[in-house]
Amino acid sequence: MKELAVKAYKIRQDVLDIIVSGGGGHIGGDMSSVEIMLTLYNRMNVSPEKAKDPDRDRFVLSKGHCVETLYAVLAEKGFLDIEEVKAKFSKFGSEYIGHPHNTIPGIEMNSGSLGHGLSVCVGMALAGRMDGKKYRVYTLMGDGELAEGSIWEGLMAASHYKLDNLCAVVDRNHLQISGNTEDVMGHHDLHARFSSFDWHVINVADGNDIDQLNAAFDEAEKIKGCPTVIIADTVKGKGAALMENKASWHHHLPNQEEYEQISKELKARREALEHE
Amino acid sequence: MNKIANRAVMCEVLKEAASKDKDVVVLCSDSRGSASLTSFADTYPEQFVEVGIAEQNLVSIAAGLASCGKKSFAVSPASFISTRSYEQCKVDCAYSNTNVKLVGISGGVSYGALGMTHHSAQDIAAMSAIPGMRVYLPSDRHQTRKLFETLLQDHQTAYIRLGRNPVEDTYEEGNVPFEMDRATVLGEGTDVLLVACGEMVRPAKDAMELLKQKGISAGALDMYCVKPLDSEGLLKAAKGKKLVVTVEEHAPFGGLGSMVAQVISANDPKRVINLALPDTPVITGTSAQVFHYYGLDTEGIAASVCKALEE
Repeated sequence: MKELAVKAYKIRQDVLDIIVSGGGGHIGGDMSSVEIMLTLYNRMNVSPEKAKDPDRDRFVLSKGHCVETLYAVLAEKGFLDIEEVKAKFSKFGSEYIGHPHNTIPGIEMNSGSLGHGLSVCVGMALAGRMDGKKYRVYTLMGDGELAEGSIWEGLMAASHYKLDNLCAVVDRNHLQISGNTEDVMGHHDLHARFSSFDWHVINVADGNDIDQLNAAFDEAEKIKGCPTVIIADTVKGKGAALMENKASWHHHLPNQEEYEQISKELKARREALEHE
Repeated sequence: MNKIANRAVMCEVLKEAASKDKDVVVLCSDSRGSASLTSFADTYPEQFVEVGIAEQNLVSIAAGLASCGKKSFAVSPASFISTRSYEQCKVDCAYSNTNVKLVGISGGVSYGALGMTHHSAQDIAAMSAIPGMRVYLPSDRHQTRKLFETLLQDHQTAYIRLGRNPVEDTYEEGNVPFEMDRATVLGEGTDVLLVACGEMVRPAKDAMELLKQKGISAGALDMYCVKPLDSEGLLKAAKGKKLVVTVEEHAPFGGLGSMVAQVISANDPKRVINLALPDTPVITGTSAQVFHYYGLDTEGIAASVCKALEE
């Protein structure tokens, strides 16, 4: 998995380039969720050749504002041309907007308004069961997003229907735009809350560690009779000290000096991983 | 008096479709009884999804099913599906281009004395403002059947409002003129054009006849397709008329009247009067009592036309 860990830092540079080129983006959550999306896309049965295959796995980015990472990961998987994304992101008339849109190859559903993805995935998982399909359905939610009431409707329905083909991931970076999630609207013991909704809950101590994430996804695949949620503890702004664990970097646009500093640190971390 | 509600006809059409197509899926939010869909749920349990009292979940789940090839019919009281689930209708259905038919049952003031929480007098305005959302209000059981049979054949989202109680037929069985997204001409006249949708169509048709008895030549259109509004049919029917009168079971803003007035004022300016519910919570009563009170019954419509012509 060293190769993927190295790749995660290339993805981070792509994300940084996309955001700087487009003049804005949600850099903090993008950076915290890189390994989650990269790991998933290297496990899921998806490819540009079978973008419409009824048997493909499904992924819905419920925290749609982290689309820059999704674009970079989709490009890595051959769905998109990363240079085209960088050139067009947020530009006048562009198809590459600041939230997922399902006219873009590889994107299943439009999102951006928080709290929709899980319920949509409940529908996808039910459809899979009705049709006797083996595909799995994944969604990635933010921890701030969990304050949306609709998520708890989705949690309720998923366990009611025992959707073991559904796996939700929480990018638990502990920060949202106004500050610490526990100060803004506390989640307290998230594990207990999800458990009380009859979900199988897996805590990943380092949600930026690909081996730990893969182990969690392996476990989720084995769980039968209920859906699984993975609470992945991540670092918001992961990749450079300048932006790590800072709520102010939720959608901060780096200036030239910051861009260079972050790029330098991303390169250094990538090289360190390569030489491990 | 017809005893069959439009919602019961919907159930029959959906059962017929489900028997031939496993992808037809119906979802309810503890509303299968209100929707007359209990027999669907009993007959095709594998094609029925109960989500409980959670209308936002209802619509998102319907969209997820549709994105995997299902033909989803999400059925819930009009007041809740159109406003509580509004964002899900906008994002997960229209914006994401999923084949979800959103059916608002017990629409308008069907719930009578239950009050404003249960009335849907904003649904036409709300749903029509969403790009890609179509809005249909069938007038009677025969047109409801035609509409649902047609909607089963397409792959885009739509909002359909149905009333709770049986309504008098507008059309005769076996003789139901219906063209998708085209208003149905109920009668031709030279002085006035009445344009109505949903449960207001039959009283508008009757008002047209009553006006003729009073020596006023009125035509009438059944604009069941509120969006896309049949502008061509409207302008053709309105040509040469002194007055256009719209009739709707809806708030006075953003509904059929507003849309008809937009088309008329831009293309063939003339006086347009909108007969609708008031901009207040409606008075307590049955649908019939409420319609009578606000002049939305046959006599009230005719009286408004006479008064306007005298002004």
